[in-house]
Amino acid sequence: MQLRSPLARVRGLGAARAGTDEFITQRLTAIALIPLLLWFVGSIIHLARADYATVIEWIKTPWVTVALILLILVLFLHAHSGLREVLQDYVHHEIIKTIAMVAMKFFVITITVSSVLAVLRIALGG
Amino acid sequence: MATQQHKRPLSPHLQIYRPQLTSFMSITHRATGVFLSLGTLVLVYWLMAAATGPVAYQQAQTLLSSGIGLLLLFAWSFSLFYHLCNGIRHLFWDAGCGFEIKTVYFTGYLVLATTLLFTALAWALAFTVHGGV
Repeated sequence: MQLRSPLARVRGLGAARAGTDEFITQRLTAIALIPLLLWFVGSIIHLARADYATVIEWIKTPWVTVALILLILVLFLHAHSGLREVLQDYVHHEIIKTIAMVAMKFFVITITVSSVLAVLRIALGG
Repeated sequence: MATQQHKRPLSPHLQIYRPQLTSFMSITHRATGVFLSLGTLVLVYWLMAAATGPVAYQQAQTLLSSGIGLLLLFAWSFSLFYHLCNGIRHLFWDAGCGFEIKTVYFTGYLVLATTLLFTALAWALAFTVHGGV
């Protein structure tokens, strides 16, 4: 017998309302990644065999700096959302799942900040 | 199952089904997604090497243009184009379009063809324009 009201259950558990947000984030990042990745792959092909100075000069171009940082942020948001879904689907042990998801989130945030900083160091440095 | 209390029919396991394009492509979408997530680490490494200096950058370039480096880059480029094309197919589904069985198979083959074309084109461009990677 349920002693809790439906509202209390909705507030405390499950994907009531908030699940849609995750769904939308995954789709929006996917849409944003279409132009960003096509641009990035094109640039990488263009930069193949380029020397260090050329690559640095490319990253220093203001709009390239912006596009690279956008790419990094959106890419890791999308990767995080997908990897979380995979963990939720395949890891059934509640504690291991929680630890894996927290560890994954910390790791993704760390490398996101590291890569943005790398781009900024190149863009703003001497 | 010996411990099963009621003799209810179990749904057949995965290996019972004849492989279908639809299920294969769905699993591949997820697999390429996980594989590409690993590939982002290379992007991070490459950017950090460039930020560190010419020596570190040259080291990264040497590593990436080695045999294993090229093989991984090729696998990542293939996965990227697959996940990108099939992702667009998924976005159409999310919008409620393309659920007819005939359409699902048509777009499935279209995604496979486009993936092969884009991967071939990318590497052909890299090699013809620059003579290597």
